Amino acid sequence: MEISLIINGHVFEFKPGQTILEVAEAHDIQIPTLCHLKGLTPTGSCRICVVEVERARSLMAACCTPAAPGMDVKTESARVVSARKTILELLLASGNHNCGLPGSESGSWSDFQLRVQSEDGASELCPAWGDCRLQDLAFRYQVKANRFSNIPSPYLPEMKNPLIVRDFSRCILCGRCVQACNEVQVNRAISFGYRGKDTKIVASGDGPLFQSECVFCGECIQACPTGALVEKKARYAWRPADTEKIRTTCPYCGVGCQQWLHVRNGRIVKVTGVENAQPNRGRLCVKGRFGYDFIYSEDRLKTPLVREENGTFREASWDEALYLVANRFKQIIADHGPDALAGVSCARSINEDSYNMQKLFRAVIKTNNIDHCART
Amino acid sequence: MTNSFNEFDKAKMFLVIGSNMTEAHPVAATFVKNAVLNGAELILVDPRKHRLADFATLHAQIRVGSDIAFLNSLMHVLIAEDLYDKKFVNSCTIGFKELTETVQAYSPEMATGICGVEPELIRTIARRLAAVKPCMLCYTLGITEHTCGRNNVVSTANLQMLLGNMGVECGGVNPLRGQNNVQGACDMGALPNVFPGYQKVGDLTAMAKFEKAWNVDRLPGKNGLMIPQMMDGLVSGAVKGFYIFGENLANTEPDIRKVEHELASAEFLVCQDIFQNETTRFAHVILPAAAWSENDGTFTNSERRVSRVRTASPPPGEAKPNWWIFKQIAKRMGQEWESDSAREIWDNELSELAPSLHGIKYARLEGNGLQWPCPTEDHEGTCFLHKDGAFTCGLGQFLPVEWTPPAEVPDADYPFVLSTGRRLTHYHTRTQTGRCEGLNDLLGEETADISLADAGTMGIQQGELIRVKSRRGEVLVKANVTREVPSGMVWMAFHFREACANWLTNPAFDPITLTAEYKACAVAIEKIEN
Repeated sequence: MEISLIINGHVFEFKPGQTILEVAEAHDIQIPTLCHLKGLTPTGSCRICVVEVERARSLMAACCTPAAPGMDVKTESARVVSARKTILELLLASGNHNCGLPGSESGSWSDFQLRVQSEDGASELCPAWGDCRLQDLAFRYQVKANRFSNIPSPYLPEMKNPLIVRDFSRCILCGRCVQACNEVQVNRAISFGYRGKDTKIVASGDGPLFQSECVFCGECIQACPTGALVEKKARYAWRPADTEKIRTTCPYCGVGCQQWLHVRNGRIVKVTGVENAQPNRGRLCVKGRFGYDFIYSEDRLKTPLVREENGTFREASWDEALYLVANRFKQIIADHGPDALAGVSCARSINEDSYNMQKLFRAVIKTNNIDHCART
Repeated sequence: MTNSFNEFDKAKMFLVIGSNMTEAHPVAATFVKNAVLNGAELILVDPRKHRLADFATLHAQIRVGSDIAFLNSLMHVLIAEDLYDKKFVNSCTIGFKELTETVQAYSPEMATGICGVEPELIRTIARRLAAVKPCMLCYTLGITEHTCGRNNVVSTANLQMLLGNMGVECGGVNPLRGQNNVQGACDMGALPNVFPGYQKVGDLTAMAKFEKAWNVDRLPGKNGLMIPQMMDGLVSGAVKGFYIFGENLANTEPDIRKVEHELASAEFLVCQDIFQNETTRFAHVILPAAAWSENDGTFTNSERRVSRVRTASPPPGEAKPNWWIFKQIAKRMGQEWESDSAREIWDNELSELAPSLHGIKYARLEGNGLQWPCPTEDHEGTCFLHKDGAFTCGLGQFLPVEWTPPAEVPDADYPFVLSTGRRLTHYHTRTQTGRCEGLNDLLGEETADISLADAGTMGIQQGELIRVKSRRGEVLVKANVTREVPSGMVWMAFHFREACANWLTNPAFDPITLTAEYKACAVAIEKIEN
């Protein structure tokens, strides 16, 4: 039997077990979310996805309310919008959300901004500026943060590890990072700690990340909807507006994770996983997320090198180096036959490189002495 | 892999053998862990109690190098207790009788003496495997890096055929490949016995096809040398010129002193790389190459998925794409190659020549790529192989094998077994990860992982500098006293030159694949007295 509900006046069929949010998303109706992490058990903690359901006493969280036959749902009614505004105002007042949106006309803005800058150790706005769901929603609902007074965070940011900055002042305690760590990557490094206003995301008895079970996969950063978790290397080096996203494949192990390279001025400034892509579905490991900057090392080989009689290397032109290799190869073939040459290809480089190398050995040199580390 | 990563979190049962997946293939491991949290069973077979053991339903902590005895014993139980998949064995396989004869001798009581796993646990595992089907068998280099590596692989296939776990979703034999494109390099024919697409060298039809495509005559018809034979050839003089592209053999091959002697013996050595490394010290010419993200191309992952690699930034200085360098050398040796980009090489040459890649073109690779076999341009690719028991060669053949010990086993002088591998933070010889900000801070030096029991007996403290020596060399290295490692074992990686495990490893090779026995050699450990 087909079952249906009404959302914003339209009748939609749904499958038993689907939430209001899932039915809405299936029909391109956008309901804002903050704490919801797709595919995992909804926690309903942030309440930003509340919707009005006819005959229900209170607003319902769409992410964790099952759709029921005959339900009449309004996703942007006046009551809903008013509730979302209040939620956003409270969230913005709860930490260092200095994105410029909240309360910019108020006199206290300068004081707030100066305090946040000193805590950040930087003169810039929030490192997640332009990449923050909280900021997006504050803009969407035209929220100003001067209704509630700003409460400084009781916890200092953790800068101790080399890769991940944990800024508790920007944490809205949505729990997405906790789910990402425990349910997606299953590293079980972080969890909720303390209670009430002291609530904090803690690692291993509230120690620094590098003394915990954390493996620095950075799934938590990717899940974080605000600036509470950011890549240390990308902090202030990156804003989405001036960054190009290029999809590629990770250069490390044989899983072949799909990555977004965030490129600014011809330089990779950050790497994230491609959500919903095969085979990794947005996930990366420590090498995939943080192991990209070797290409900018000053140690890179930049010119062909030829060994001198005394054993040192000197720079050479491509033409000289290529002729030297070709002529020595020709000489060896002439003196000893093609099987006196052998080559090892690279299992890290692209297919087309290996193809051309084996073609060089087979078609030009005329030997099958071509191998790579295939069996190790 | 016969099967795919997207089957992992749907699977009901895993047998993971010789794979420290959480460190070597971390993202793949997350899907296994997801499956376990959803109720799947995980049977782990590994000498070490590494992180995946926390998720294992059963853990058979076998001795290093005893895989065949263990697997044969599982098959012994499956046959003795009549638990194997008769329908699959009868309709899709040959050689069952010979398999039965071989595994007959491997009763759990006999096998326990070799692998150290209690007979009851062997029986329990066999019964679980028979009860929950299909099962995905995953392995990594713990299987292959042995003198019996080929036989280890064959044993895993024997087991999966006996259980009828081939040709089905969430089943199969799944080697997680070590490097990002080791599958691709094989597919491309960077092997001494096959052309691109596994078409055999020496096969007259294949030869004629490639001669025509490459516009040359008389392609060589005899198989070439494998890496260890090439290295031997450098010393014997059979190989005069050696071309190393993107490999740091001086650190990655077993017995560094031997390897360096071999490299130093080369009459003419060309290295093509992105950095100078321990290997380029021996080069006569070094050619600077473009790195990952500095040119367009494709990688092929473990599950045969061809995915695009794209340019993000230009190569430094005069560094050039590798394919361009090979093309230029060919030109200077008298051949003009037409293709002038990775895309042209793929679309116009190799996909035309390799039947399994024939349907894969760059235009089709914009999203999630395609898994070969993909024979035509309207084919959607192949998620798992041997569907409905249809094997490439017709019927699946059982190849019964006997257990053989590692080439070097502990004795009075070298009483520990050294096993080696990779750690999470770094990759191989650290030419890349060692130059990424932050990664050295997470792991800045090598350690020798030893058991609590051995540390206790020898009075070794956590972090204490100890000497680890084998018949080939010795290193000074910090001890890492850990519950992961059983008594009698030392475990090390090869990321750091100073205490690289390959000063110690044994250059003994599988007779067929010539894979080195990185996973087992005999060492002694010594406290350093002040």
